[in-house]
Amino acid sequence: MTVKTQAPLIGAPGKDTRTLLRVVILICIAGAAISSRLFSVIRFESIIHEFDPWFNFRATKYLVANGFYKFWDWFDDRTWHPLGRVTGGTLYPGLMVTSGAIYHALRALTIPVDIRNICVLLAPACSGLTAYAAYLLTNEMTTSPSAGLLAAAFMGIAPGYISRSVAGSYDNEAIAIFLLVFTFYLWIKALKLGSMLWGAMCALFYGYMVASWGGYAFITCLLPMHALVLICMGRYSNRLYVSYSTWYALGTLASMQIPFVGFLPVKTSEHMPALGIFGFLQLIGFIQYVRSAVTGRQFQTFVATVLIATFGLGLIGLVALTSLGYVAPWSGRFYSLWDTGYAKIHIPIIASVSEHQPTAWPSFFFDLNMLVWLFPAGVYLCFQDLRDEHVFVVVYALFGSYFAGVMVRLMLTLTPIVCVAGAMAASQILDTFLNRETPSEQTGDDASEAAPKKSQKSLRATEKPAVGIYGIVPRVLVVGAVLVYLLMFVAHCTWVTSNAYSSPSVVLASRMPDGSQHIIDDYREAYQWLRQNTKEDAKIMSWWDYGYQIGGMADRPTLVDNNTWNNTHIATVGKAMSSREEVSYGIMRQHEVDYVLVVFGGLLGYSGDDINKFLWMVRIAEGIWPDEVKERDFFTSRGEYRVDKDATETMKNSLMYKMSYHNYANLFPAGQVADRVRGVRLPDQGPVLNSLEEAYTSENWIIRIYKVKDLDNIGRDHASAAAFERGQKKKKTSTKKKGARVLRVD
Amino acid sequence: AATWDQVLQNIYTYYMKETPQRTKLIDVFLAFLVAVGAIQFLYCILAGNFPFNAFLSGFSATVGQFVLTVSLRIQSTEANKTEFPSVSPERAFADYVFCSLILHFFCVNFIN
Repeated sequence: MTVKTQAPLIGAPGKDTRTLLRVVILICIAGAAISSRLFSVIRFESIIHEFDPWFNFRATKYLVANGFYKFWDWFDDRTWHPLGRVTGGTLYPGLMVTSGAIYHALRALTIPVDIRNICVLLAPACSGLTAYAAYLLTNEMTTSPSAGLLAAAFMGIAPGYISRSVAGSYDNEAIAIFLLVFTFYLWIKALKLGSMLWGAMCALFYGYMVASWGGYAFITCLLPMHALVLICMGRYSNRLYVSYSTWYALGTLASMQIPFVGFLPVKTSEHMPALGIFGFLQLIGFIQYVRSAVTGRQFQTFVATVLIATFGLGLIGLVALTSLGYVAPWSGRFYSLWDTGYAKIHIPIIASVSEHQPTAWPSFFFDLNMLVWLFPAGVYLCFQDLRDEHVFVVVYALFGSYFAGVMVRLMLTLTPIVCVAGAMAASQILDTFLNRETPSEQTGDDASEAAPKKSQKSLRATEKPAVGIYGIVPRVLVVGAVLVYLLMFVAHCTWVTSNAYSSPSVVLASRMPDGSQHIIDDYREAYQWLRQNTKEDAKIMSWWDYGYQIGGMADRPTLVDNNTWNNTHIATVGKAMSSREEVSYGIMRQHEVDYVLVVFGGLLGYSGDDINKFLWMVRIAEGIWPDEVKERDFFTSRGEYRVDKDATETMKNSLMYKMSYHNYANLFPAGQVADRVRGVRLPDQGPVLNSLEEAYTSENWIIRIYKVKDLDNIGRDHASAAAFERGQKKKKTSTKKKGARVLRVD
Repeated sequence: AATWDQVLQNIYTYYMKETPQRTKLIDVFLAFLVAVGAIQFLYCILAGNFPFNAFLSGFSATVGQFVLTVSLRIQSTEANKTEFPSVSPERAFADYVFCSLILHFFCVNFIN
């Protein structure tokens, strides 16, 4: 009956028509979600972007080639060279298993698709599912028929989510956001119905989420927080008990099946809220039962004290267990979300990632456009009739916006709730200004007659029409304004996706003066060189950013990669890059390094090169060897970081500097040697490199590969051997040799 | 102390009088689960937790089964009918079976 009064202006379509419309709209949304993610595939080609996805892609290929069991105990000896990596136990297998399953399913249907194309197109496919999950979730929140569809549309094209799910970004988030939203939907459903089945489904999808993304901790902390808020509001119900207990008991066991997670759910602080609320719920459930047995005000106060005392005791117990070491404290990654200065001081490797910086205001507007101001309105609407599921929206909105404010990367977890709340607000406006045709046509007493009848049993939305908007002008104005905003949202999203989020970092695109596109493909050029011209097990040393790409594209063993599990090993590479040649050569010999790869953007003006990352290498190395590597030494006496002729001696002698500028001066006429990134003139005489020899330099000098020289044949050190080669003989030795030769001739 | 006695007495009589036979059966099972869980925990304290996954799967099997059984008990209690309009006792039992199967699958998988 609610739906009937809300029939749109075109007349009252039947139930079937509405269902058909819904299906058509949802399919259109899915189509829009998928097609707006294909910019990069259409413009460039169907390849994997960025850094992390290359490992996922490599793991998926391994899974497809070797089967599931081998994948599960895969020891990868081609990364972290001397150490290797127990890959099966240190990754979230959900993504790879999903695409592996799709691959085999398609083959079974006799549609043999290359695994690369499945990996590239997995994220767009999942975004369609995410839009549908957002539709379901929003429909649980409100009775408005349009809110769910609006939320699906927002979720489908919001740039905050697109940024992590364009075609080719084969990262864990690709499927994790779908699982996140769907798990929340199942949780709301379970809570509303108090059903064990929905709780179990929620637990299963939670398990899938745990298998896919480290961000599952967000769910484990959000659901107990929701439960706690409900309890504190005095809204404990048996439905809450059933749904939460089922979810926790099954979900925790499910999460422990993943080798990477293992015993963490009982041993770390991130998972303790869930356990604590679980215990607390048992207690409350029992006390509720007792209260139905015994009555009396005295008993109730007694119960209240017992409750608070146990809660306090549990908290104290937790603190005690943590301090005694039975429960691991917050890991650095999570802790830095609370103490925002922590990472920069103690763990430079976390702070060095650009995604871990705080978010600036413009990026909220950039990623969410008009949703950013509809979002608080939607949360406010949730307060208006505060049912259990609305509390969830409020809690999620609060935590989501805090975390998104602390870290750019967590904008991703905020986006779903922004879409849901924004859709609720937008649909409220539209419902108010669009759907009140009936009361305005009714006569006064009809409306007053109908109103009390409805209000007795029905929903709030139908109680309100007494204060409807009847004039045609305000309606048209407001609806027109909303429509314009919605259209602008679509335009903004498309523009942002097309311009900001659809560039594969593997290929650099630039424009020629006549507007045609010029592709700079140095990365693949250099990796292909490595793949074809080095021996199968040549070890490549590079900074960790390029570890996955080298493993994926060049297929060569690396020393460190983007999975930064061993800080000391990374610091070793940092030390090798930032020390004098003699020191670095020793380190490289110890680690059996054959080639060293550096990224240099000085010729092209490519700012993400290794000289600009160099200070992080120094800092990370300094964290382990404070006596040997000092950040201060790389700054001039005035505290500047320079690479030109005023650079410090330490800087000029560091391996990284020498490798980057080796032979660079020969490119230019004398006196005009320029570094386009730093914007400085360099001295005409470049650095001299003794223990390495240049093996390959890509077309635009972005990637430079050096071969580590073998030990000298006759036992000299490299510096003197190279000096001899250049003919810089010392006077004293030359006279000695002359004398010797004379002797021998006689 | 007198109030405590009274409270316990009240609870006992209420329980004996108001609880149907089936629910009492469920409660016996619950008591059994608590006993098994307690024994496992005691053993873990006394003998150490060396195969920790075995302890965890055994213990969480009892805890999980306990919680599920309590949920079944709640859903099949006559007084809670209004709270669960969409869950009939048969449906509750089917859900219970489904959840228990999942639980046992996970436990067997985890115990290795």
